[in-house]
Amino acid sequence: MATPFSGQKPPNLAPNPAKMYGSASVASRPTPAGQRIPYGVPPPTNPEQQSQQNNNLQNAPPPPRAGAVWPPSLPNVAAPGAQPMMPPAQQTSQTYPYSQVYQPAPQQQPPPPQPAVQPPPPGMFGTQPAGAPLQYQAQAPPQAYGQHPQQQPQSAPGGPYGTSGPLNVAQQGFSRLWGQDTIDLMQNRHILTPATLPPPKVVLHNQFHESINCSPSIMRCTLTKIPESNSLLQKSRLPLGIVIHPFRDVNSLPVIQCINIVRCRLCRTYINPFVYFVDSKMWKCNLCYRVNELPDDFQFDPATKTYGDVTRRPEVRSSTIEFIAPSEYMLRPPQPAMYLFLFDVSIIAQQSGYLEAACAVLNRHLDEMPGDARTQVGFICFDSFVHFYSMAEGLNQPHEMTLLDIEDPFLPRPDSLLVNLKECKELVRDLLKQLPKRFAHTHDPGVRLGCCSAGCFQANGELSYSKRNLNHREYCLQQASGGRITVFQSCLPNKGPGALEPREDPNNRSAKDVAHLNPATDFYKRFALECSGYQIACDLFLMNQQYSDMATISGISKHSGGCVHHFPLYQKTKPHMVDSFRSCFKRYLTRKIGFEAVMRIRCTRGLQVHTFHGNFFVRSTDLLSLPNVNPDAGYGMQISYEESLTDAKTICFQAALLYTNSEGERRIRVHTVCLPVTASLPEVMHSADTEAIIGLLSKMAVDRSVASNLSDARDAFINATIDVYNAFKIAQNLPSGQSGQLIAPRSLALLPLYILGLLKHPAFRVGTSTRLDDRVYAMDCMKTLPLDQLMKYVYPELYKIDALIYHARNSNISSNQDDDEDEDEPLPELPRLQLSAEHLDSRSIFLMDCGTLIMIYVGLNVPPDVLEAVLGISSTAELGDYVYGLPNVVSNENDVLKRFILRLNYDKPYSALVQIIRDTSTAKGQFIERLTDDRSESSLSYYEFLQHIRAQVK
Amino acid sequence: MAFNFTAFTYIVALIGDAFLIFFAIFHVIAFDELKTDYKNPIDQCNSLNPLVLPEYLLHIFLNLLFLFCGEWFSLCINIPLIAYHIWRYKNRPVMSGPGLYDPTTVLKTDTLSRNMREGWIKLAVYLISFFYYIYGMVNSLIST
Repeated sequence: MATPFSGQKPPNLAPNPAKMYGSASVASRPTPAGQRIPYGVPPPTNPEQQSQQNNNLQNAPPPPRAGAVWPPSLPNVAAPGAQPMMPPAQQTSQTYPYSQVYQPAPQQQPPPPQPAVQPPPPGMFGTQPAGAPLQYQAQAPPQAYGQHPQQQPQSAPGGPYGTSGPLNVAQQGFSRLWGQDTIDLMQNRHILTPATLPPPKVVLHNQFHESINCSPSIMRCTLTKIPESNSLLQKSRLPLGIVIHPFRDVNSLPVIQCINIVRCRLCRTYINPFVYFVDSKMWKCNLCYRVNELPDDFQFDPATKTYGDVTRRPEVRSSTIEFIAPSEYMLRPPQPAMYLFLFDVSIIAQQSGYLEAACAVLNRHLDEMPGDARTQVGFICFDSFVHFYSMAEGLNQPHEMTLLDIEDPFLPRPDSLLVNLKECKELVRDLLKQLPKRFAHTHDPGVRLGCCSAGCFQANGELSYSKRNLNHREYCLQQASGGRITVFQSCLPNKGPGALEPREDPNNRSAKDVAHLNPATDFYKRFALECSGYQIACDLFLMNQQYSDMATISGISKHSGGCVHHFPLYQKTKPHMVDSFRSCFKRYLTRKIGFEAVMRIRCTRGLQVHTFHGNFFVRSTDLLSLPNVNPDAGYGMQISYEESLTDAKTICFQAALLYTNSEGERRIRVHTVCLPVTASLPEVMHSADTEAIIGLLSKMAVDRSVASNLSDARDAFINATIDVYNAFKIAQNLPSGQSGQLIAPRSLALLPLYILGLLKHPAFRVGTSTRLDDRVYAMDCMKTLPLDQLMKYVYPELYKIDALIYHARNSNISSNQDDDEDEDEPLPELPRLQLSAEHLDSRSIFLMDCGTLIMIYVGLNVPPDVLEAVLGISSTAELGDYVYGLPNVVSNENDVLKRFILRLNYDKPYSALVQIIRDTSTAKGQFIERLTDDRSESSLSYYEFLQHIRAQVK
Repeated sequence: MAFNFTAFTYIVALIGDAFLIFFAIFHVIAFDELKTDYKNPIDQCNSLNPLVLPEYLLHIFLNLLFLFCGEWFSLCINIPLIAYHIWRYKNRPVMSGPGLYDPTTVLKTDTLSRNMREGWIKLAVYLISFFYYIYGMVNSLIST
């Protein structure tokens, strides 16, 4: 985010008053070694304004420079500097009849002038409450992050321990200085601001370590300062854990090949930047504290080809690194890439028509599938019977063999089921072209399948293929061992072993308690475990029309390290679903893949991994078996204490992923993150990383819903929030009892917002009709999505894109003036809006990014010229109810919007489907449903939720 | 001194309890092996699961004997354990074979430590009842 404070770093951990107050000028300030020199320090503001800001942490009027943050191009926005904060009581009592009268802020400002724009009540489509986000921006001004030592003497002449009036000011200034300021949530409803959004940074004593610490997008801890003991953690009531995205596609990854990989002799930790070098021959492990010897060749620096300086080694310069493993890391020769595709060709599957799309995508991207010359593919179709395709060499076309005896499946022609892709590419292509036609035709008579049983045209229990696989594996594993099975399933398997019964009661979809989140049988789990033992992962594409018992079937992916994709109500007649499936399947086929992988998480002595979350099989207390690892899978781990960390200054987590890449190379990817340890409860609370906490809580809640029930999980969310604020109140020594305030550290200010998003999410909501399969899939996503996508899934990003359009217009004018302007000028940073209808406005266009879906909401009164330029239509009436895809219009506005969407899609596995929703369209419900801050029939609004939390906080 | 049904019951109980003690020791060792990364959870569960029901049935059988010969006190000290066994088996994870332990969840720290604790407590209970059964046997042999 290009906010004014980007580039500034938090100050050192321990305040040094002498340093802070010693001198007023930057130049003469002593800068001892290791101290950060702040760059990008804004010029000192005038003292009066400064003290005012300090006085009223929450209520200060925005400093003029806030205007730089907000693109001042919005016509209906008053000049930010002139926009005063309205009195909170007035604001809230007007909006919410239930609100209580607030205590005045300790040092009330002189009564602010009447605001120019009153925020409309939520739920109304009024004009954008221009003041609202701006106000907040000012309340936690950019200075909140920064360090302005040179300003301190002005605002606190009495020194750090002075007793005069400015003490309070100084304290507040300090707390902001150290990122420890608090926010009263009750008074700041517009909490989603650039000041609260970014996670707290990890502050280490060593600047170099800080700069190379593992990227937060790969590994993130829920607390950026680790409490030194379990009792301190319990006092904070925060969950301790890490969320990790180990196989993420990264741009610059140092890959090194060396004969011996330096590891600790005792705990087998890989050498990392956070180890301590005793001397040039010894290093001390940072996880178990054993002193190890350095091999001689570690002195050699491959980059400069010189000897002597160990600190120049890539292992010591990067906390994410990949080793090419020598042969002792292999139990057997690296396996080739093997892919087996199982297609459901029952009549329901044919009606949905997914097979055409799947075969077409497969055919097109056959060459892009990762793998070397040994890559093998195979295809099997199943309905009541199992159809194998033999593509042996010498055949002109694939031979189909149908297995009628599904009770005792066996493998006909085991030698030609899986064929080398390179050698038989023509045959494979031929088969892929024929498959859709083949079964479209076979189903025409329909008699034979119809007699299977009334209503169960579908056939083939999964067992036939599972058992087939068991046979198959004996064969294919002999020669190659392991690979990937992709299962396309379109309805409930209802034949043979592994047959399932419909369990969902459609009339009970909005009931308070949800049954059947557990698998009905352990058949699929056992199958998955068996696969996992043979290094086979099963991925599931569920394209169901009706209930298909996701909870049970997804077991084949959950325990074998696979992934699940769900396309409910897939129909070939719905182009958007086809598009969405195509892009998803394309990504699935072409993304990187790691075979026969294991991941081990090591922690500094005193900590241990308590529970793992994700799709894998836990093989020992810290080892995950991942038959396949893919770049879109995230994992979570809860951490618990074994002993206290009193002696440790920092702790580390190291995740090492050993895998075989598609080229048959054994590799180890190592991520190490280092975090400081603290003994102070307030510091723990202030260093909490809300997003990671939400990531971990959601995973824990899924476990809770499955093990216990959904309402338990929902209660746990609410209790967790209450407990955290209670703990903070105790940590801050705030008076107990009702005060009308809900004081939160800035780091945890967004917790209720996200928790409410979770409570209203399809995975955990009650009272709204949710299909069981959708709910189970949503829960599965909670467990497996990497954190950045999970956040979009839980709390979609909402933007008002007017500023983009105005930006495009302005640049249009300017580019007319000089044509040599760069095409790729940076887009303006759009502020994120909270998910409330109060921000909606009939004259603007909004964009909501939910991860795999981007919704563009077009207000009723958007000016026709804007519509023309962006969407190529003259009035909103021209938009249909369900419009997908952004139209191509040759205009700057359209171009800018496309670039914006491109940027949103940048980190996603595949680009999101764009849906355009007109204000009066029937699809509007989908958009409104995601506005989780608002009230619905069965759930609280954000403010009511806050009231509830506040009432419970003692 | 007479050899009656009560004395017979206690002798059978002693032998049965010795087996139960072995079951408990095996249970503790098995989970310790899991904890120390010595065995694969799938194998370990496969070896543990068939033993769960025999243990429970043996325990219930001993208590049936107590019931028939009217040893109310011995029965009473065992009833909580029977109730726990029944509760435990009713709340077992979804699985098709007999047994309690699911290889996918058995390595969760909570489950592991709970199973470990359960093993130790059961071992203690069986040991104490072993000595009580000796007392009961001697008592019944000399009382008449």
